[in-house]
Amino acid sequence: MNSLLRTFRYLKPYLPLSFVALIGLLLSTAGNLAVPALSQRIIDDGIATGAFDVVIRLGLIIVGVALFQALFSFLQGYLTAKVSQGVAYDLRNLLYEKIQRLSFSYHDQAQTGQLLTRVTSDVELVQQFLGTAILQTVGAAVLLIGSVTLMVSTSPQTAMVLLVLAPAAIGIFVFFFSKARPLFIEAQQRLAALNVVLQENLAGVRVVRAFVRRARESQRFAERNAGVMEVQLQVGYILTAAIPLVFFIANLATLGVIWVGGLQVIDQRMTLGELVAFTNYILMAIFPLFLLSFMLASIAQASAGAQRIFEVLDTRTEIAERPDAKPLPQIQGEIVFEKVWFRYFESQPWILADVSFTARPGQRIALLGATGSGKSTVTNLIPRFYDVTQGAIYIDGYDIREVLLESLRQQVGIVLQETLLFAGTIRENIAFGKPTASQEAIVAAAQAAQAHEFVMGFPEGYETQVGERGVNLSGGQKQRLAIARALLVDPRILILDDATSSVDFQTELKLRQALERLMAGRTSFIIAQRVSTVRTADLILVLEGGRVAAQGRHEALLESSPLYAEIYYSQLEGDTPAADRFVYDQTVESTVVTKEAAQ
Amino acid sequence: MMRGGPAHGLTREAEKAQNVGETLRRLLAYLRPHWLPLLFAGVMVLFNSLAQLVGPWLTGIAVDQFIVQGDRAGLIRTMWLLLGAYVVAMLTRGGQFLATITVGQRVLYTMREELFTHFQALSLRFFDAREAGDLMSRVTNDTDAINRTLNMGLAQFVGNIVFLFGVLVSMSVLNWRLALISMSVLPLMFLSTILFSRRARKAAREAQKKLGEVSAELEENISGVRVVQAFGREQETLHEFRRVNARSRDANVQTQTVTAAFAPTLDIFSTVGIALVLIVGGIMAIQEAVTVGLIITFLSYVRRFFQPVRAIGVLYAQVQTAIASAERIFKLLDEIPEIADAPDALVLDEVAGRVVFDGVTFGYEADAPVLREVSFAAEPGQMIAIVGPTGAGKTTMVNLLMRFYDVEAGRILVDGHDVRDVAVDSLRRQVGMVLQDTFLFADTVLENIRYGRLDATDEEVIAAAEAAGAHDFISRMPDGYATQLGERGASLSQGQRQLLSIARAILANPRLLILDEATSSVDTRTERLIQAALARLMAGRTSIVIAHRLSTIQDADQVLVLCQGRIIERGTHAALLAAEGFYYRLYRSQFGTEGEAVACAESGEALAP
Repeated sequence: MNSLLRTFRYLKPYLPLSFVALIGLLLSTAGNLAVPALSQRIIDDGIATGAFDVVIRLGLIIVGVALFQALFSFLQGYLTAKVSQGVAYDLRNLLYEKIQRLSFSYHDQAQTGQLLTRVTSDVELVQQFLGTAILQTVGAAVLLIGSVTLMVSTSPQTAMVLLVLAPAAIGIFVFFFSKARPLFIEAQQRLAALNVVLQENLAGVRVVRAFVRRARESQRFAERNAGVMEVQLQVGYILTAAIPLVFFIANLATLGVIWVGGLQVIDQRMTLGELVAFTNYILMAIFPLFLLSFMLASIAQASAGAQRIFEVLDTRTEIAERPDAKPLPQIQGEIVFEKVWFRYFESQPWILADVSFTARPGQRIALLGATGSGKSTVTNLIPRFYDVTQGAIYIDGYDIREVLLESLRQQVGIVLQETLLFAGTIRENIAFGKPTASQEAIVAAAQAAQAHEFVMGFPEGYETQVGERGVNLSGGQKQRLAIARALLVDPRILILDDATSSVDFQTELKLRQALERLMAGRTSFIIAQRVSTVRTADLILVLEGGRVAAQGRHEALLESSPLYAEIYYSQLEGDTPAADRFVYDQTVESTVVTKEAAQ
Repeated sequence: MMRGGPAHGLTREAEKAQNVGETLRRLLAYLRPHWLPLLFAGVMVLFNSLAQLVGPWLTGIAVDQFIVQGDRAGLIRTMWLLLGAYVVAMLTRGGQFLATITVGQRVLYTMREELFTHFQALSLRFFDAREAGDLMSRVTNDTDAINRTLNMGLAQFVGNIVFLFGVLVSMSVLNWRLALISMSVLPLMFLSTILFSRRARKAAREAQKKLGEVSAELEENISGVRVVQAFGREQETLHEFRRVNARSRDANVQTQTVTAAFAPTLDIFSTVGIALVLIVGGIMAIQEAVTVGLIITFLSYVRRFFQPVRAIGVLYAQVQTAIASAERIFKLLDEIPEIADAPDALVLDEVAGRVVFDGVTFGYEADAPVLREVSFAAEPGQMIAIVGPTGAGKTTMVNLLMRFYDVEAGRILVDGHDVRDVAVDSLRRQVGMVLQDTFLFADTVLENIRYGRLDATDEEVIAAAEAAGAHDFISRMPDGYATQLGERGASLSQGQRQLLSIARAILANPRLLILDEATSSVDTRTERLIQAALARLMAGRTSIVIAHRLSTIQDADQVLVLCQGRIIERGTHAALLAAEGFYYRLYRSQFGTEGEAVACAESGEALAP
């Protein structure tokens, strides 16, 4: 319920509009109340006295009132739509912004289907509530007060009927609300669970097909689908009980009025016209109760939705800027890891343990280690995707937790392990980090990333659509676009996390030559399984189980670190099969020469 | 997130002429299996209407015969009858709700089920061209829009028509002249309903489409949030989202404005109707042609008469929304799966594993062939390696063998059967595949590996993980095999994800094994361990291996060198080296002899001896 009240805050920018809508509502309600009063006068003053002109005049007034009422009713409806859709728009933006800003650790746990449900379905529930419920409650209250006042002034005795029935209506209201609310929360949760299966099946369609898991996935979906239906049915059954009961109470009211009022008329304490008007008023007094009972559903649903919305909005962004955060000035590119420890959650094992090293500006750092030894984690900490658990990271002497995130990330170009392109043209994707880039700069980045050639192979070149609805790109092609994307931002720090795993050797060779030029003067971190990467590195970090097992240059490490030597030789062996030693022997001379040149 | 460019498929789709009658007919077809509860609801509606009709009639009697006459006992007697009528009204209404809500939810269930099942049948080409978010929106938002109408609407619709008819009859019996006058506004009401509903449908269609766009935008950017943050592009994507979001808002306001104008319009007519009854009835009463009680009864009837007319009108507008949504759903259901089993499709038994590509030509888009006349044969148990530059078409060959797509020309044979002639499931079951793009589910590690073979025991799963070299890192995780993975295996490194998908394939124990860059992100030491396991796995099975590290494929029975969609060289590793062709140069370049430019030229195939 608290969450629901909180949604009212978002009405603030729309207060003037809401106010006008309210006036529209009040005026149309007034019109509503006027019609029975006019009808009563037609019967009592016109028909009873035989005055034709009164009948006609009052009849025409009713028509006038109808027009007046319709006008304001439309005004109210239109403005309400504007307000409620406006609030929904704002809430969606807020949620979206929040989701975009939540740190990697949140997204590691979150499911797209879940978040999607909150931004669409839950917001819609709140919107429906704000759109209909609030104004209608106010309108209903006005109608209630107005009709009760008129009733009491017409015949206090007959008005007693309401006194008996109102508590019954309120009782149903309370009972229903307490029953329905938990169910509505459950309903939204199950809907989100359904969305998760749906989203996974759309994103992972290839795997589902490859393993012929149609039956299993369908069953998984069917289970959740049934889950949604089940809880919706329960909600429905409560409605089945509540709504007819409310109608019954309304009918009882009419009955009571005719009964009590009829006796009053017989006793000549009330006119027939008044009785007729009374039957209308009592309906108007009961009508708000109706409305409330219908709105109960809306209220219960909306409060479930609101709760789920605020759950996301209230999630603390782990990677938050300090209030006194300063922009990171143009950096040289010195990076210092000082006793860095890292783990995802308190209960989990350390991913990084006591990692310390210094990367001087312009140096090339190679990260080496087994799968899962923490290489990617090291690089993920530099743009502050995660915060260190202990220790600190300094860039040019600034603790990265003390600078503005954007100013930090702008100077770090990263090619993530998992390449992801967005729906859009190739040009837009390369320019993702720098939308203002010129066509020449984009082409230059693509050329360096060895992507230009295949891009030009498409009939539409850089305007070719890629991403969800675009052309099929191979893994290597996607990686090269991702590299071009990182190069274009011209970062001081460049991180290549296994960026060329799907690129063939031939292309990689050219890519490496291009990167060689581009990396000059930039601090770069490279995670790759290639021998050539480590041989030319200024600093090699050998990671084992999250610790730095050894660090230094190639020659030194080869002598000092048995682990490094083992990795190095295992790779070398992997690259030169003994069976083809003759090829190696024939070319060994030139290879050695080039090796030395490279060093 | 970035849009513009070629016209979207969906835009074209929405602009196509819609056949409303056909859509409605199909919608109603969903109700057919539920005829019994619907019949029950109908009966309930009938009784409910009768009970409601009795009310005003008894009221009129109470006024004319008892109140005006001063007959207390008679009034009280009538009131008891009235109470009875109301109780009947309540019970029948409840019964009607029960039936319609149940039917509505079941229909909703069926629709979602059908959509999902259909997704499972549709070919990859379909998904290549669609946004996941928009598809999701159809399964949830559009079915929901239909449900809102079905749930309450349908029974009310029937109920109101029955009631309306009853009121008409009652009024005509009581006083046909007054009845005619009250009904004079009816044609206007129907006319405005028709006019409004047409606009309502158009607006609703637009609103649902825009909602789909919001959903697509969300889905893409939530999935890609890491890239957005890495490039500090939160502001821009937010800006873009606001744009789509605003369009959706405006479309919704548009829809609601139509409704906001519609209801008051009907109200005007109904109040005018009441005024007419009062004026004409009043004049008649003064002339003593009718009684005051009759006017009261009439007023009551007229009010109840316009209520259903209005409800029908509003409902009719609602049905337009449902139709708009149904159109979007049926559009999907009508997509014909490109890859479907032939009616006489052969169910493959365990295959020996002979794979033949015979002059295969294929392109994802027309006139852009990715593979051109590719032919090769893999004997049972052989290992075939495919090498070549990125984009040469290696993964495409695998896609075709799995029959994710159908060839344009030529054919692919497995054990002599054209893959288009066999049941696609029976084909894919024989193939274990480790894909370039690993995909893990938001489930436990155990279940993710078990995906390879659902009836595998925990021990078998662990054995597969051990063979794939994944056991070590899994054991180090806080909950071991029970560790819950994030979506797509977030929080695992790419290499770890690859190990899990290899374990999955090992567990599947297939006749044919496809490794598409299966170990590209795994470090070399681990890779060597996996290679040993894979070598054991591949023994006796046909395997197709795509790898950039040529060292991993030197034992291949046949190496196919692919260049721009053609096989330019083929033979064993040794033979290809001896031939000193493209493969030889490629191989040499892997030793770090930098500077040596090796480009594959699309020329005639040089067959190694």
